[in-house]
Amino acid sequence: MNNGKRSIFLLSMLSFGIAFLYVPMIMLVIYSFNKSKIVPIWGGFSTKWYGVLFESPEIWEAVSLSLRIATVNACFATILGTLAGLALVRFGQFKGRTLFSGMISAPLVMPEVITGLSLLLLFITLKEFIGWPDQRGFTTITIAHITFSMAYVAVIIQSRLAGMAQDLEEAAQDLGAKPLRVLTDITLPLIAPGMLAGWLLSFTLSLDDLIIASFVSGPGAVTLPILIYSRVKVGLRPDINALATIIILVVAIGVVTAGYIMLRQQKQRERDLKMTAEET
Amino acid sequence: MSTPVEALATTEEDLKTRILYRLMRLAQDRWRTLILIIPFTWLLVFFLAPFFLVLKISLAETIIASPPFTPMIEWVDEGIMHVRVVVDNYAYLWEDDLYVNTYLSSLKISTVSTILCLLLGYPMAYAIVRSNHTTKHILLMLIILPFWTSFLLRVYAWLGLLADQGTINDLLIALGIIDEPIRMLYTHFAVYVGIVYTYVPFMILPLYANLEKLDWELLEAAADLGAKPMATFFTVTLPLTLPGVIAGSLLVFIPATGEYVIPDLLGGGNVLMIGRVLYNEFNANVDWPVASAVAIALLLLLVLPMMLYQHIQGKETESHE
Amino acid sequence: MSKTPDYSERPWLDPEAEPFIKVQSVSKHFGDFTAVDSVDLDIYKGELFSLLGGSGCGKTTLLRMLAGFEKPSSGSILIDGVNMNDVPPYERPVNMMFQSYALFPHMTVEKNVGYGLRRDGVAASEIEQRVEEMLTLVELGQFAKRKPHQLSGGQKQRVALARSLIKHPKVLLLDEPLGALDKRLREQTQYELMNLQERLGVTFVVVTHDQEEAMTLSTRIAIMDTGRFMQIGTPTEIYEFPTSRLVANFIGNANMFEGRIVENGTDHVVVESKDPSCNFYIDHGMSIAEGTKVWVALRPEKIKIAKQANGDTGTNSIKGMVSDIGYLGGTSTYRVLIDDDRIVEITSPNLSRPKDGNPPIDWDQEVFLSWEPSSSVVLTK
Repeated sequence: MNNGKRSIFLLSMLSFGIAFLYVPMIMLVIYSFNKSKIVPIWGGFSTKWYGVLFESPEIWEAVSLSLRIATVNACFATILGTLAGLALVRFGQFKGRTLFSGMISAPLVMPEVITGLSLLLLFITLKEFIGWPDQRGFTTITIAHITFSMAYVAVIIQSRLAGMAQDLEEAAQDLGAKPLRVLTDITLPLIAPGMLAGWLLSFTLSLDDLIIASFVSGPGAVTLPILIYSRVKVGLRPDINALATIIILVVAIGVVTAGYIMLRQQKQRERDLKMTAEET
Repeated sequence: MSTPVEALATTEEDLKTRILYRLMRLAQDRWRTLILIIPFTWLLVFFLAPFFLVLKISLAETIIASPPFTPMIEWVDEGIMHVRVVVDNYAYLWEDDLYVNTYLSSLKISTVSTILCLLLGYPMAYAIVRSNHTTKHILLMLIILPFWTSFLLRVYAWLGLLADQGTINDLLIALGIIDEPIRMLYTHFAVYVGIVYTYVPFMILPLYANLEKLDWELLEAAADLGAKPMATFFTVTLPLTLPGVIAGSLLVFIPATGEYVIPDLLGGGNVLMIGRVLYNEFNANVDWPVASAVAIALLLLLVLPMMLYQHIQGKETESHE
Repeated sequence: MSKTPDYSERPWLDPEAEPFIKVQSVSKHFGDFTAVDSVDLDIYKGELFSLLGGSGCGKTTLLRMLAGFEKPSSGSILIDGVNMNDVPPYERPVNMMFQSYALFPHMTVEKNVGYGLRRDGVAASEIEQRVEEMLTLVELGQFAKRKPHQLSGGQKQRVALARSLIKHPKVLLLDEPLGALDKRLREQTQYELMNLQERLGVTFVVVTHDQEEAMTLSTRIAIMDTGRFMQIGTPTEIYEFPTSRLVANFIGNANMFEGRIVENGTDHVVVESKDPSCNFYIDHGMSIAEGTKVWVALRPEKIKIAKQANGDTGTNSIKGMVSDIGYLGGTSTYRVLIDDDRIVEITSPNLSRPKDGNPPIDWDQEVFLSWEPSSSVVLTK
């Protein structure tokens, strides 16, 4: 029957798609345990590459730098992005709104080479005129990351604020809360989950960024992606596979945990609804 | 009567409190402005201003100096301002075949990739929406998980798969389908695979969001009126999900045009994409004015799609109110 | 000889009463669009006043201006004598019950209800006590610790009500209060609202698009259309004494006939009409010139339907044929064809049970319609 044919089509596309997404990652993991140095040629099972990875000081330095940048970036980007999202949803028409709105959504789609190049030129020009930044590295990379991360946070916050939020804020005002109170009592608790999501997103984007960091970094400031890239440019390396496996593992644990928590919340919500339905 | 010194002291304290009080009043009355001004200024300085800088440099000449371009404004004897604007770089871009071809190649690659992402992503999104509750959650998680893992490492994974002595070739040879390894790495094919692989989640998520909101009764109504499934899809489902299709397509097309890593890692020197050219122009040739011109030209190419994207996003938020 | 008239039930009739809410020439423009067009309104203390109209008529905008969420483009609003134009919503003696209830999802029922008191700085112990009292009043005592998503629609509404009344506001604004409830719950809640209002003596202003709701609940109704008031009056006034065809057609059903005044006496008026081909004799005088074109509205329940003619035909009566019957159990609605081209609607109680299973009046039967001289309403617009 037609319906059956369609279901088969959908199912096969879905399976193919999922396989397509995951097979490369699975291969990465498998080959991280490959004894042979030449990645695609299987030489037996071994965990020695994890050892090589852990003993490499450049890797640790790069990890540390990337984590520091990511954390600072996530914190600032969340604050700035939340402010921006609030302004765009709650402030109605104000002077310069179109410009602001454009600036906030552009980083989402702008090719990274353009943002990277423009920021580097900015930093160089600034150094010429006011002497800062003296050395490009941690600070410049963090500033660059904050600039595009805040765009993502703003989008998340805007979507959280659309809908019921305005009614709730007006209700609070009606009951005697001044505007600042409304912000702390109602708005912030409402967008808190969005802020958390924004933080995590900013953190991940920063950790993963190669292009922009390449442009605005300086000698001595090697982030993890920069390090990985320089190594894989010359070919396949099993210690990179080991690194990849670790990252995949960490992310998988995070995503699965988050998914599980959300599913539990959903089940709880359904139970609550059933309970009220039964009572009436 | 207090001495002048004492009088001065009181006024100073008084001044401090008054300033503090003024600031507090300012915060209370104009707190909205304060909220706005922080992100606004940041973006002005670190996002908008740099673009003007790139524009300015693109209109300069390359020289051996630090910085390696001619200044726009020069003060020449007795305060006469000399403004030098050079459009040679743009002319150079236009005349040199390499650049024109690279732009065209980039557009072609990103367009084809977008279509491929759509062909793969739409059925996937549809399938997810139609599945039952728990499966839906699991599937969404599966789609999102790769997004949170390192993009660089996932592209790297394809190196191992597509290489001549890579896994795919090994498998095909072992199965007896081919005798010699097929050249996959450092070809256009590899770049397509890489881009689709990386960007397909960006296509699926907006499509999913759109399909979720679809009123399935509409499809039933169409069937009731005599439409066969294919007809229903093209006359009802597709038009209604068009915003999602466009949003997803733009989310793939725009960044893919300027991609650097994928053509560099998987395409080698054979695949021309503008992101690589820009990077090389800047780093290898230290030709900042040309690199800047390349960037501005790329921006101009993408400005229409970007505005379209922003327009759609604006309508999305409006429809929620 | 005459005792002082008692205006307590109808304060708007008392010439000396001061309206509690005064809306004076208030307009609201949104760009080119005029939502509210220079309206005047007086609402008295203790009233349950309804703003009735279809979507886009401006009633919600007016309500929001009373609440303080919109500022009038011109005109002023006074509540209890105080001009509210520069008073923000958090400083008004007004509370609002939102159509979506707007319960704070991250707070329990208790915390929701007590929110307004906390903002006023009331002592915690007093808050606890008053919240308990209020929850008992709306019969939600045992749900105090629940969160909004754990409540049914009707329960949420009662929490919203409790939250908005606990501060003893002078005025309570209600935005489509019964809209989200199913029929059974709606009827029940209607009476609960009315009782509550009487007990607490709060002035209610309700916005609704539901006629039945407005008619049941209100002391007075204002019918709004495109930003203006069409008529303001008690439910009876609006129904039986509409001042325009728009109002007559808005509330309930009305048969509308066109005609001309041919006789205008001190105690009667006669309207001649081609459609239907009969005259209308109305038993009170009106200050309309002879020859003026008018409309006559006749409500379906005011028309008597019979199988035999009753008296002479030609004035306040006409002959026709039954084309359709809608049997509703307690009443029947007849659609009668007259003059071969026009349908008149009549509703009649089914006073007796039919003999032999045949209804007293059947399809395609010839019938005679008649009505009292006091039943017709003459309208000039």
